[in-house]
Amino acid sequence: MDPSEQARRELKFRDPGKGRALAATLARVVADLGRAPVAVMHVCGSHEQAIAKFGLRATFPKGLDVIMGPGCPVCVTDVPEVDEAVALAEQGVRVATYGDMLRVPGSAASLADAQAEGASIDVVYGAAQAVEVARRTEDEVVFFASGFETTAVATAAVLLGHPPTNFSVLSAHKYIPPVMEIVAEMPGTRIEGFLAAGHAATITGWGVFEPFVERHGIPVVVAGFEPLDILAGLVKLVDLIAEGRPRVENMYPRCVTRDGNRNAQERLWRVFRPTGGCWRGIAHVPNGNLRLRDEFAEFDARRRFTIDLRGVRMRSPRALVDQCRCGEIMSGTASPRDCRLFGRECVPETPVGACMVSSEGTCKIWHQYGGHPDLRSRA
Amino acid sequence: MCLGVPGKVLEVQGNVAVVDFFGLRRPVLLDVVDEPVAPGDFVLNHVGYAIRRIPPDQAQATLAFYEQLLGEAAEDAMAADVRGEITGTGEPKGPDDGSV
Repeated sequence: MDPSEQARRELKFRDPGKGRALAATLARVVADLGRAPVAVMHVCGSHEQAIAKFGLRATFPKGLDVIMGPGCPVCVTDVPEVDEAVALAEQGVRVATYGDMLRVPGSAASLADAQAEGASIDVVYGAAQAVEVARRTEDEVVFFASGFETTAVATAAVLLGHPPTNFSVLSAHKYIPPVMEIVAEMPGTRIEGFLAAGHAATITGWGVFEPFVERHGIPVVVAGFEPLDILAGLVKLVDLIAEGRPRVENMYPRCVTRDGNRNAQERLWRVFRPTGGCWRGIAHVPNGNLRLRDEFAEFDARRRFTIDLRGVRMRSPRALVDQCRCGEIMSGTASPRDCRLFGRECVPETPVGACMVSSEGTCKIWHQYGGHPDLRSRA
Repeated sequence: MCLGVPGKVLEVQGNVAVVDFFGLRRPVLLDVVDEPVAPGDFVLNHVGYAIRRIPPDQAQATLAFYEQLLGEAAEDAMAADVRGEITGTGEPKGPDDGSV
C-alpha cells in the first residue's frame, strides 16, 4: 500500500473529525504567526514513530517544521561507552543489554561483533531480567544500561532491591532536560518550542521544565503519543510561540502531573548522580549522564573491573563513519535526506550510524516508513 | 523507550502485581509506582515496572490507543515496541527481539 494511502486509512481509525479539525487549527495558528517556517523539536523516539506511522507530517502545515531531536537513548550512547561494553565482553564478562544496543557501533566494533567472535551477550528487556540472568549463573554479569529517566528508574529499583553480588551496571543512562539546554544554545538553532515526552515527564513531572523556559524563553508542551495528542500539543505549542509569553503546558494530564512520580524520583536520585558527558554526535552535556553514586560502587562496573580499551581501539575505525550525519540529525540541523549514506550504504541491516540501529532512531524510523515520511511531497 | 503500556491489575502480592495487558497476564513490579495499587486499578508500565496508577476515569482513554496499535495486522516499530513492553516482563528473549 502506498504510505500516504496507509496514513489516510490509519488516521480514519479514531475520530477523524477531531483529527481534521485539529489539523485545520494547526494550519490556522501557523498562518496567523505571519512568518514561516517555524521550527519546533520533540525529544522522543515514540513521538517520531507516531508521526511517521500515522502520516502526521502530511497534515502539518508547510510553515511548520517538526524536528526530532536527541530523543533516542540508544543513538546518543557515546562511542567510548560502547567500547567499554565491548571490552568487558571481550574480557570474558557476560554482558546483558537491550536488543537495540547490540549493533550500536563503537569505535571499531559493536557488541554484536563481539558476540560473533565468541563473547557472551544476553539480550534482556529490562534491568530486572538482567538480574535474573545473574541469579542463574556464577559468572560476572554486567548490565549495559541505556535509556532516559523513565528507564533509569528501573535500573535504580533493581540496585535498591539487593541484586546478587555477581551483578553490576555499566551505566549509559542519560537525562533529557540538560540536553534541551544544549540544543537551545546551539549557534544557528531554529528551535522555537519543545514538545516534551509524556512518559519521561510522568517520572519527572512537568515542573522540571520551568527553569528551562525561564532561562531560554522557549515554551515547552508535554504531549502524549496518540495522533490527536501530538496534533493538540503542536497547536498549543504554536499558540504559546505566538503569544510570546513562554511557559510550560501539560497536554497529557492523564499521565503527567506537575510534581511527577516522587517515589520514582527519590529512588532515581538515591542511586544515580548527574554528571557531564558526551552524547554521541551532539556535544558534551553538563549533567546529561547518570552515573552510580559512591554508595553503589560495588555494583558499578567501571569501578569493579579494570576495563582495558586498548584492544578495542587498536582496530581500524569503521568505514564511512566520517560521512555519518547522525549528530547533526539529532541536533536538528540536518535531516536524514541530507545524508548521502541514508538508504544507500546505511540501512538497518548494515547501519553506519546509531540512528539507523534503534527502533527509536530518526533514520531507522524514516527508513521503515518509506524513507521519506513527509508525505506532502509524495502526493 | 518512552512508551509505557497500560494494563489492569488482577492481583497484588507484596511488590509484584499480576497485570492483564489486553489478554496477556504478566508480573509487574510495584517498587516505583506513585500510589498504592489494588486489583481493578489500571497502571502504566515500563520495562517491567509500574510507573503510574492511571486515574480510573481516564483509563479507557489511555487504553484505546494501544488497542488500536495491537489490533493492526502489520508489524511496525511502534507496535513492536508495545508488544515488546508487554512480552518483555517475562523471560529474556532472542537477539532480535529487544528494544529499549
